[in-house]
Amino acid sequence: MAKFEKANSTAEWLDQRLNTTGLQKVLMTEYWVPKDINFLWAMGVLLATTFTILIVSGIFLMMYYKPDINLAFDSVNYTIMQEVAFGWLFRHMHGVAASVVFLIIYIHMFTGIYYGSYKQGREMIWISGMLLFVTFSAAGFSGYMLPWGQMSYWAAMVITNLFSGVPIIGPELVVWIRGDFNVADATLTRFFMLHVFLLPVAIMGIIGLHFYTLRIPHVNNLTSEELDFDEEAEKYLSGNKKESKVIPFWPVFISKDFAVLGIFLIFYFYLVFFHYNFAMDPVNFDPADNMVTPAHIYPEWYFLWSYEVLRGFFFDIAGFKAFDIGLIAFAFANGIFLVLPWLDRDPAILPAHKRPLFFIWFWVLMADLIVLTVYGKLPPTGVNAWVGFFSATLFILLFLVLPILTKIDAKKRGSL
Amino acid sequence: MKELKVLAVVVALTLITYWGVEPFAHSQMHPHVDAADFKFKDLKEDVADVTSLKGNATAGEALVTANCTACHSIKTKGYPEIMDHASSAAAYGVTPPDLGSAGKLYDASYLAAFIKNPAKASQVEHKFVDGRTHPMPGYDWMQPQEIADMVAYLQSIAPEEMSNKEVFTDACQRCHSIKYADMQKGTMAAFTPDDNIKAYMGKLPPDLSQHIKSRGHEYLETFINKPQKHLEGTAMPRVGLNEESQAQVITYLEEVGDSSKKQREELGPKFLIYLVIFAIFAILWKKSKWRDVH
Repeated sequence: MAKFEKANSTAEWLDQRLNTTGLQKVLMTEYWVPKDINFLWAMGVLLATTFTILIVSGIFLMMYYKPDINLAFDSVNYTIMQEVAFGWLFRHMHGVAASVVFLIIYIHMFTGIYYGSYKQGREMIWISGMLLFVTFSAAGFSGYMLPWGQMSYWAAMVITNLFSGVPIIGPELVVWIRGDFNVADATLTRFFMLHVFLLPVAIMGIIGLHFYTLRIPHVNNLTSEELDFDEEAEKYLSGNKKESKVIPFWPVFISKDFAVLGIFLIFYFYLVFFHYNFAMDPVNFDPADNMVTPAHIYPEWYFLWSYEVLRGFFFDIAGFKAFDIGLIAFAFANGIFLVLPWLDRDPAILPAHKRPLFFIWFWVLMADLIVLTVYGKLPPTGVNAWVGFFSATLFILLFLVLPILTKIDAKKRGSL
Repeated sequence: MKELKVLAVVVALTLITYWGVEPFAHSQMHPHVDAADFKFKDLKEDVADVTSLKGNATAGEALVTANCTACHSIKTKGYPEIMDHASSAAAYGVTPPDLGSAGKLYDASYLAAFIKNPAKASQVEHKFVDGRTHPMPGYDWMQPQEIADMVAYLQSIAPEEMSNKEVFTDACQRCHSIKYADMQKGTMAAFTPDDNIKAYMGKLPPDLSQHIKSRGHEYLETFINKPQKHLEGTAMPRVGLNEESQAQVITYLEEVGDSSKKQREELGPKFLIYLVIFAIFAILWKKSKWRDVH
């Protein structure tokens, strides 16, 4: 065992045993981030904060929530919302954060796409990020079921039923997921377990992985310039801070994050107190009733684009059933972003405005996603159904042509 | 500057999406309906002969006593309920209302129209076909003056002031429960037993504990005033509440269903002020840290 001197302070005592000074350098004061960044680079810290809000508010909610189909609704809407001191605040914070977290995830994700931060060494950052998207989605979906309102019940019904389209094992799979032939008490208790235990634990693990994946390829910057981080760090440490192209995570990078976070929190708490209906759908304040189907069943806004890709294929094509085509398209929509690093055939890392065709592709994709999101909520009748069909088809085509477009961009630039 | 442009793009895309999935989508799913009509214009012609007359409360008392108290209680005037709720529900399908507050709760011309033809005034004629009749018979055989007298009497005995809860109890609770108003003792359950009301209405009328949240002010205002406007063919009668009573019912739904509203609205600005201060300090800290690196 190493020889330990008497420590003069708690910090020194800890340092002797845990090397806190070294750890602080590695994780904070000498963890280098490019200087040439804008507020979009603060989304990671915003997400970490929002996730913390979700965990903390969730812990308080769990103290009173009852995962039982006969008790769940009242435990949320009476006990938590009206009886527990500030229970309503924790519920609003939880519900609104669950929605806002997806807004930030999307901003974070499309920033990554715009600046090409997913390829040429950064694939693992992208993949771990997409795994977070998947696990957050599962957490959002399972959490939405817990108040056991009408939309909880019917969304669970519709979404779990999708698995019946899986070849051969479909119907059995649905029963396995639900734990019953119908969405019932067994479904609620298992989604409760997923929501409060398995998924948060998985998310925390993947967040750790996501942070770690940044270590070696480093964070991208506004011009996608390739930096020699060691050289730039040396400049910074030798006092040449203005010339150095990097900044330490703590305190320089985080100070900018906090400034962005401050503004974000004003926005977030404004929603929590004064504008929460978008995150807590009024329909879900009707208790679940398996005898009454709501007039309109729709998922939360952040699932609407993929839901519309599913719904867009509303008629049979060449002997294939509409349901099956929709399901395949849905699976495609949910999986395709994961392989984006390999669909982009341009070897250079550049922001979209330096890649003419990719730039167009990016904005068409954004527009298409917004159209899909809006039409995913509208009743799928008449013209709406056709808008859904064409925007869903466009979504798929966009990803099919991406390898070709990126190759042409690269060729024109002379990189290929 | 460039950063502000980027922010503007992010905000614009967010707002477009928000507009699409919230105001726009909801306007498509819930088409706009006309504002509530507290004059009950559709009944105007039916009761023109009554409303043109001045009622005599004294004459009305004799008429009400002779014609109404066989089924209806008027507790404040010494006519108690003849049977308990379960028995009266079994007898009539639904527990009949006490008439003590009718003159205050309901619009006078609506009351006249209801006395003449209950099913028509309450817009539930579609329920009473194939030999089924409304539990209250119509009194359109009476002289207009007699009806005017009865309405005048009901108005004369009605209390001046009623609490929001009393209005709800008299206007809604025969069919609807609102259990969050009393979770411990359960006193806010519907008067008519579930089985009877189910048979009478076709389905169990919903508990109204969370209707202020699930329906919201605007919907409730137009729905209570005229249920058919939102739900064509619904079994819920138009009960004919006047503007003041309806507002009291909606306020009561809010008191019960959104009891934390006051605290929420008080706390919100304080949170935001705190966060503005936090944001100012954060921005100042950022400036001080970045001064060296730029």
